[in-house]
Amino acid sequence: MPNPHVGQFKALIGLAAILLCAVPVPSLAQDGGSNAEQVKRGEYLARAGDCIACHTAPTGKPFAGGLAMPTPFGTLYSTNITPDPETGIGKFTADDFYRVMHVGRMPDRGLLYPAMPFPSYTKVTRADSDAIFAYLMTIPAVHQPDRPNDLHFPYNNRSLIIGWRTLFFNEGEYKPDPKQSAEWNRGAYLVEGLGHCGMCHTPINALGGSSEAQAFQGGLIPMQNWYAPSLTSNKEAGLGDWSIEDIVDLLKTGRSKRGIVYGPMAEVVYNSLQYLSDADTRAMAVYLKSLGQGSPPPATTTTALQAESSLLLTLGKKIYDTQCATCHGTTGLGQPPDYPPLANNQSIEMQSAVNAIRMVLNGGYPPGTAGNPRPYGMPPFAQTLTDDEVAAVVSYIRTAWGNRGASVTAAEANQLRTAPLE
Amino acid sequence: MTSVGHLVTVAFCLAASTQLALAQKAESPPDTMAARTLACTPCHGAQGEGTKDVYFPRLAGKPAGYLYNQLEAFKDGRRHYPPMNYLLAYLSGQYLKEMAEHFAGQHPPQETPAIPDVSQDVLRQGQAIAAGGVTAHQIPACASCHGVQFTGMEPGIPGLLGLRAAYISAQLGAFRYGTRSALEPDCMQEIAARLTEEDVKAVAAYLASLPGSPNAIPAKQGSWPLPFACGSEPQ
Repeated sequence: MPNPHVGQFKALIGLAAILLCAVPVPSLAQDGGSNAEQVKRGEYLARAGDCIACHTAPTGKPFAGGLAMPTPFGTLYSTNITPDPETGIGKFTADDFYRVMHVGRMPDRGLLYPAMPFPSYTKVTRADSDAIFAYLMTIPAVHQPDRPNDLHFPYNNRSLIIGWRTLFFNEGEYKPDPKQSAEWNRGAYLVEGLGHCGMCHTPINALGGSSEAQAFQGGLIPMQNWYAPSLTSNKEAGLGDWSIEDIVDLLKTGRSKRGIVYGPMAEVVYNSLQYLSDADTRAMAVYLKSLGQGSPPPATTTTALQAESSLLLTLGKKIYDTQCATCHGTTGLGQPPDYPPLANNQSIEMQSAVNAIRMVLNGGYPPGTAGNPRPYGMPPFAQTLTDDEVAAVVSYIRTAWGNRGASVTAAEANQLRTAPLE
Repeated sequence: MTSVGHLVTVAFCLAASTQLALAQKAESPPDTMAARTLACTPCHGAQGEGTKDVYFPRLAGKPAGYLYNQLEAFKDGRRHYPPMNYLLAYLSGQYLKEMAEHFAGQHPPQETPAIPDVSQDVLRQGQAIAAGGVTAHQIPACASCHGVQFTGMEPGIPGLLGLRAAYISAQLGAFRYGTRSALEPDCMQEIAARLTEEDVKAVAAYLASLPGSPNAIPAKQGSWPLPFACGSEPQ
């Protein structure tokens, strides 16, 4: 199962300096109210945080942990967060839970590995943390001891986390930006906090940390070999020139007129984003759109025309016309929203060709969501195309119709044949 | 305005709306399960008839319940094959059911089996196991569950015709080593563990040598009693 958290030792998602101010974080409901209301709100917020994705093993009981998370530092196993007193979090208080969320520290003072996205969850308000805790206390308790982590030396020494935290962890709840609307602030709160989008969409360094300056600039997800595109550059998945409606469609249903989610992002939509309210989805869209910087350079055909003379692109066009054009059209316009357009599609043109190559090799289904319950799938071509042919057709798609991507090599295609699919 | 005028207007509107519908239709994929399962076809064939690759099975005409169980098993990892696990991870059970029914309802002709690359002795041994089992090792005949014609039984027991020896042998191995498992009680896991390598080779070669028939549809549920409890076949 692709999992966006796997291999992620991430630092905070810093944004440009945000001033202390008096704009409250808009939330779904006011604090207080009955316990039932709080539990219901907690369930919703747990969805927004996608807790289930990591804290549930395949065929395992919900929230009982045990999911193996391979990282460059060894394998971590997610923990049991059901209310079982011995093996789960049944003995936690709301204070304990908030400490885990806010500073990544267990009740026994032990430090959590940052595979748990506390560098994002630190932005979550106390009221929201309490609601999630109240909800978790109502789910069925499962008696299932946590499986010990299997980290390589020296990463199995938890005291190293202290150093990591010094470098990469900034504690603190989300501070609203008074210059922005309440909707924008709500979106920022969800994206930077519970949504923990930066876990994948901010590049990480060899220490498994990331820098504020590079927030949301995109990067290869370690161990999974999917590329999480930049959310700030319009040349990648920056959404600056997308309509709010298209962003909302993508987040809520997994497909849109501009593109479709596959791979780890399909998991996020399937388990988390499709359940968010229209208002929250829209708020996230407003915030994400604002992250997009500048506009893509005007398309020119010069590169494509010159390149078209090469043998690679001639072969690529031949393959495209026979294998791809039926669905994606001879001019790459697709049949949106079911068959995505390939022309003027940032995720095709972006610097990393990893996702495009993987889609050709492995195909894929968008997530089945309430808004798109019976998705159309992309056929895998790993069995029918050679490495040279994959390289040719991906190169063609990346340079045809005014697309401004670069060619790829057969070696790149070959490397991704053996990339893990889970 | 005359009634003729009205009629003309109505006819024009109809024509316009038909044209609009056609134009819209041209821009969106066909609303068929064949189009929605296009992703299955490079490996399993346009109608689930199988492809040249001997490790990819025919899906056409298998019981829908069996196909559905396999899709669910791939989705949650009980059956381990990363390209399939990846494709199905985020699809609903209801949709997987529709996919299963789609391929269960296909009846493309079956290819003539390849000439077996094993001796007649081995084929005879395979036939003996398939039809009579191995009493000494408490291995029931394949026919006792899959039917004397090996056409399977609804809802959960697959037919064994039209599969290649390499696929059958790989699946028996997968049951044995736990990379393929079925709903408990997992009878095939128990049986595969009792088969020797020679048994597997022989039974795979024999089953692959049998000619198929377009009429080879699965028997109705409860057509014969099973030798033991099977999680895939409620009795």
